[in-house]
Amino acid sequence: MHRLFAALLLVCACATAENHGVVAIRNAKIVTVGGPVLAKGTVVIRNGLIEAVGENVQAPADAAVIEGDGLTVYPGLVDGLSTWGMPGGAATAAGGGRGATAAAPAAAPTGAAATATPSRGPEDRPQTTSWLKAADEIQPGDRRIVTARAAGFTTAVAFPTRGIFAGQGAIFDLLTGETTGEMVVAPGAGQYIALATGGRGGGGGGGFPSSLMGTIAYIRQVYLDAAHYTLVKDAYARDPRGMERPAYDRALEGVLESKRILLPANRLVEIDRMLRFAAELKQPVILYGMQEGFRPEAVELLKKAGVPALVSLKWPEAPRDPDPELVESLRTLQTRDQAASAPMMLKKAGVPFAFYSDGVDVARDLQRAVKKAIDAGLSRDDAVRALTLSPAEIYGVADRLGSIEKGKIGNLVVTRGDIFDDRTKVEMVFVDGVKYIPPPEAPAGGRGAPATAEAPAQGGVR
Amino acid sequence: MRIAIAALLALAPLGAQTVAIQNATILTVTHGTIKGSILVRDGKIAEVGDKVMVPAGATVIDATGQYVIPGMVDAHTHIAADGGVNEGSISDSSMVDIRDVLNPEDIALYRALAGGETTIHILHGSANAVGGQCVTIKTRWGKDAQGLIFQGAPPGIKFALGENPKRSGNPTGRTATGAAPTARYPATRMGVEDTIRQAFTDAKAYQAEWNEYRAKVARGENAIPPRKDLRLEPLVEVLQGTRIVNCHGYRADELLMMLHVAKDFGFKIDLFVHCLEGYKIADEIAAQGAGVSTFSDWWIYKVEAADAIPYNAAILAKKGILVSLNSDDAELMRHMNIEAAKIMKYGGLSENDALAMVTLNPAKQLRVDKWVGSIDAGKDADLAIYDKYPLSASAKVLKVMIDGTVYFDRDKALADNIKAQQDRQKLIEKEKQNQTRQQPARRPTV
Repeated sequence: MHRLFAALLLVCACATAENHGVVAIRNAKIVTVGGPVLAKGTVVIRNGLIEAVGENVQAPADAAVIEGDGLTVYPGLVDGLSTWGMPGGAATAAGGGRGATAAAPAAAPTGAAATATPSRGPEDRPQTTSWLKAADEIQPGDRRIVTARAAGFTTAVAFPTRGIFAGQGAIFDLLTGETTGEMVVAPGAGQYIALATGGRGGGGGGGFPSSLMGTIAYIRQVYLDAAHYTLVKDAYARDPRGMERPAYDRALEGVLESKRILLPANRLVEIDRMLRFAAELKQPVILYGMQEGFRPEAVELLKKAGVPALVSLKWPEAPRDPDPELVESLRTLQTRDQAASAPMMLKKAGVPFAFYSDGVDVARDLQRAVKKAIDAGLSRDDAVRALTLSPAEIYGVADRLGSIEKGKIGNLVVTRGDIFDDRTKVEMVFVDGVKYIPPPEAPAGGRGAPATAEAPAQGGVR
Repeated sequence: MRIAIAALLALAPLGAQTVAIQNATILTVTHGTIKGSILVRDGKIAEVGDKVMVPAGATVIDATGQYVIPGMVDAHTHIAADGGVNEGSISDSSMVDIRDVLNPEDIALYRALAGGETTIHILHGSANAVGGQCVTIKTRWGKDAQGLIFQGAPPGIKFALGENPKRSGNPTGRTATGAAPTARYPATRMGVEDTIRQAFTDAKAYQAEWNEYRAKVARGENAIPPRKDLRLEPLVEVLQGTRIVNCHGYRADELLMMLHVAKDFGFKIDLFVHCLEGYKIADEIAAQGAGVSTFSDWWIYKVEAADAIPYNAAILAKKGILVSLNSDDAELMRHMNIEAAKIMKYGGLSENDALAMVTLNPAKQLRVDKWVGSIDAGKDADLAIYDKYPLSASAKVLKVMIDGTVYFDRDKALADNIKAQQDRQKLIEKEKQNQTRQQPARRPTV
């Protein structure tokens, strides 16, 4: 095993040293996701793009050839809702700060909207940085990029996540050593909206809004204001003479330029509420969370609304060190028991869904989390799809990402064994055709290797 | 009790078709107590009387020895709302709406149902002078949020006077954790009045702005509509009389103040809630046609609730004021029949007048009395069946029907409880086994 790994490294090293951006993986099992699984095929990457894939494809003469016997090639994994590379720390749990049920602290927005005086109403645009663009905020030095890549992720759809209108997401490739501009695949992934509230009932100095209904009323007012703003601006643009100049409102500008919104929904009642709310706002929506996505009523609602769902891979867990007096409801217990069957239920109903990491970024944890959904009835193929082509489709970038297809971006994961199996090793990851080799891992259940030990990327292959 | 939740979620309400409740003692509220039957068809009361023909194929509920009252109506509750019932950050929060955050899974809803309540008004809290919008629902346990809403019932709004909106419990404006002072205006009762007056002044200006715009459009002029303001829209509806006004208040002086405000701006107060000193100003309340929703004998839980008497409701009622009794509380709402009974003791109201305070009177206040509040042909079949005389502490609710559908059945509920308990135990065992099998991988140290 070790010898083989060393041999591979050697091959790669030689190849990359001599070639300029052409790699061929030969005689590997190729899970194209978009098409059939190739038992023994070849995939060629040139200049960061997939040049060819197939059973009868020949490795070009100028290609660095990787012998793929015993290896499986998948499209690079995509995190459907991420905070990797975003300033301001790690993602929080689905049932925690990001979930609709929990009240995240009323953190000051990352942008200049942070003010000393508490907000007195919607006019103050509280907790709003809708103009903030993830594409402008990428921190390429974020360690989680390295960790996630070692788990097979090549792409993240990352969002600013602080405040109510947190900002606009970006789809970017998990490259290291490139400019952030080169990482970005698509800058406008949508507006991330959280229903975090400032405190319990308010009056605590956090300002407006301090309740869920306050947050909903605020969001509703913002969309009404945005419509009115557009109306007034258009009228002014047509004929400014004699008309009072409309004030520029960056909060509304940010909202108006977002082509979709993301709303949190874990419980059935939240799924129902958010679907109705999005319909009222007339905004294309993606719901995230889905802890009760296993409930047939929830699946039915999503199907009827034709709304895609992002399922958190952080499955609900029993509280650690619980209060001995704690009596958990049957419903809570059922949710913990069945949450992982949501993907299977969504698949069966034909509801588009994708996974998102929600803090699960270490290879072993990721494998375990996805395995849980597979054990609950999701097919392996569909599990792979939920981390590749499905998120690409949901965000409208399936023309460049998500499957191994000629012309798409050269994002690949090469594993030894089935990608979500316990003992599987991620051998190498290609991001925009650049090869990365994850650090050797300790056996399952043991300590993971320090992320800093990732092998050098052998320089850019392109 | 908690364990009953899921089991009851699974309990599909028994189908609504033709149902006959036979051999019962029926407290109709509008036309006395009769021994006889109620025929329910398509969710409505088709017939009630001592000689009711039961059509073939009707489901028969034999209520021999049992009592039927109209499903109770509660004008003041704070249950079934997610994420808080107060938008307490600002003193004028009329843009928020309980309707947006209805939580049909709140167990309090089921308990209210099991206590015989079928229609409830869910109010915004009393933290603000101008509170949020309120909604009337039916306790249709098992339905989704939209399925709870009482179609046709006008929406409400909450105002609050006194200690709560002026923050008496928190005079420095400091939070328990010592966070920065809120500096929230108002801090006095006069400030509360000012806040309400300012809100209505704004609403009138807003209304005028829209009227001007509509006039322009009507004249065929090119005009840009004003900005729609969610804070002022409901206040305009109050001025137009299409929204129910709930006003929280205890002391006679500030209740009088609110009567003046209402008179000045030309709206009616549908419900003074609490209104513990109402007996002191009964004539003034009666003169303006305001309604009252009060407690039977609950007081002294704070200074402004000190000068109260249990005869309040009876005194107000005898002055011709429309009076209801409310719960304001998830526990109290499970036995509002007893609250009605107390008014028979304090003030000597008749059984009928006392029962009306938890049925027909609040239905009138909420403007839903053409559908609910009494047992009359044509009204919604919202009924509570008791095993004993219902204006008594020993009576138990056996069945509750809403729109002709049985949403609570005591026998079934008790059986489901046992099943739910077993299911719960199984899941706890299963989780324990899984936990011992799996140890989470530790994150690499960076």
